[in-house]
Amino acid sequence: MFKYYGKYTPYLFLLPAAVVLVIFFFIPFFQTFILSFQDYSNSIYQAQFAGLDNYIKLFKSPIFYKVLVNTFIYLVVAVPILAVIPLFLAILLNQKIRGITLYKILIYLPVIVSIVVAAIAFKWLYADEGILNYIVTAIGFERIGWLTDPHWALYSVIIVTIWKGIGYYMMIYLAALMSVPKELYEACDIDGAGFLRKHLTVTIPHIMPTIALVTTISAISAMKVFAEIYVMTKGGPLNSSKTIVYYIYERAFENLDLGFASAMAVILLIIVLALSLINVIFFEKNRYQI
Amino acid sequence: MIKKLTEKITIHSVLIFVSLLSIFPFIWLISTSLKGNSENIFAYPPTIIPTDFTWANYAGVWQKVDFIGYFINSMIVAGGTVILNLILSAMAGYPLARMEFKGKKITFFAILATIMIPFQAIMLPVYLITLKLHLVDSVNNFMGFIGLIMPFAVSAFGIFLMRQAFLGIPKEMEEAAIVDGCNVFQIFTKVLIPMVKPSLAVLAIFTFIGSWGEFLWPSIVLTKETMYTLPVGVNNLQGMFSSNWRFIAAGSILATIPIIIFFLCMQKYFISGENEGAIKG
Repeated sequence: MFKYYGKYTPYLFLLPAAVVLVIFFFIPFFQTFILSFQDYSNSIYQAQFAGLDNYIKLFKSPIFYKVLVNTFIYLVVAVPILAVIPLFLAILLNQKIRGITLYKILIYLPVIVSIVVAAIAFKWLYADEGILNYIVTAIGFERIGWLTDPHWALYSVIIVTIWKGIGYYMMIYLAALMSVPKELYEACDIDGAGFLRKHLTVTIPHIMPTIALVTTISAISAMKVFAEIYVMTKGGPLNSSKTIVYYIYERAFENLDLGFASAMAVILLIIVLALSLINVIFFEKNRYQI
Repeated sequence: MIKKLTEKITIHSVLIFVSLLSIFPFIWLISTSLKGNSENIFAYPPTIIPTDFTWANYAGVWQKVDFIGYFINSMIVAGGTVILNLILSAMAGYPLARMEFKGKKITFFAILATIMIPFQAIMLPVYLITLKLHLVDSVNNFMGFIGLIMPFAVSAFGIFLMRQAFLGIPKEMEEAAIVDGCNVFQIFTKVLIPMVKPSLAVLAIFTFIGSWGEFLWPSIVLTKETMYTLPVGVNNLQGMFSSNWRFIAAGSILATIPIIIFFLCMQKYFISGENEGAIKG
């Protein structure tokens, strides 16, 4: 086909998107690094070069390690659950049964609803004299301080993230399951393979790239949690539910220490970039195998 | 036969159980919101069906909180974000799919790279830039809305979705249009755009949901209560009514109704499973 457009036409079409991406992505990306070497503790309008001070402060701060550990726990608890349960549900929903649309709507509902409303709903479930503690005491245990006990708060928040994510990942799996050839399942049925065997030998190898994808997306989202914590615990008690993004927010907008917060943001960038790279390597490798 | 039946029952039991878990937090919220003052909302054992049934909490919270205002603000922000995403993504996706030009590869990878940059990691400079450009509600409401919208006006996901859509159109369509004497802008608006409407719909719906639920950015930039979007307004209920859970519950439910209606109307886009590409955003 001959070139029906002028030399500069492609750039003209790209220009509006490029302007937005440059102003709100690329400049901030580089500026994050610059900010992390500056000191804003006197005033947010007066920056002074601080060298590595922010990083030194960061690495000396016990809260920093607490926050890293919390985020790591978030990752280790939420990601495997979000990789497995939605897959299991998708397998159940990927067959001809009655009421399938209703099930999908109900399970997807938490995805649609604002995270703020979800967090408030759970805060109410978690209330000291709330319904969850009624169940806990009814089966003979002591009341749990879901959001007030430092041992529990982080896990209580993780439960909200998991609850809100299940429907989302289930739909990703469902889309992937549609591509598994039906003949393979028929062959399994003829061979008399049971549920577990059928899916271990056919489904899982077939949708391995999707499992990798879900693992990465959920890992990256786990790094970015904010609203749940902001609404339910504000990072407390005793920093027990403070994660990276909440810590950045707190230092930047409550303590107005932009330099320190930016150093933390750089750490977040590095972790997320690493996770993305692992995905590219893992995901691409799998793509070529299939 | 018996085995088939027990299998069916097991599957349904699991699905019913998970469905109930998915909606129970809302049901409990609704239940609380409908309980009158004479009923103890901390009663043991808890009751799902209110004994002192009342709509008073809804009336009360409606009177004290400007839900219509929050709703309109959310509509402006989500609507503006959707329109900009559609226009900018389609415009950028078109040359990436259909044209040859210098720097195409670099552009492609630069856009791809933004997927790996989480907003949360760069939000501080984004905030400083927004302040510098005076896109905040302390200047005026219009600038405030622009500031809420612009950082999310386009995404790599949208650009790639549109690029993919344009790639799927046969080249003959453009050739025929050229023969008919169309210029490049006419080809874009009159020939190609109508053919990618399904992708535009998917992009619109997912952008809308994302923008509607956004909490972090508005809670950073907004200073005036009259500018609050629904999520910020709902979070604010906690402060306003401290421990009046009847009101907080009623307010949360009220704020959720619009998105539930939207979801039920558009459910085929979310749960048909045909939008694999869209979900992968």
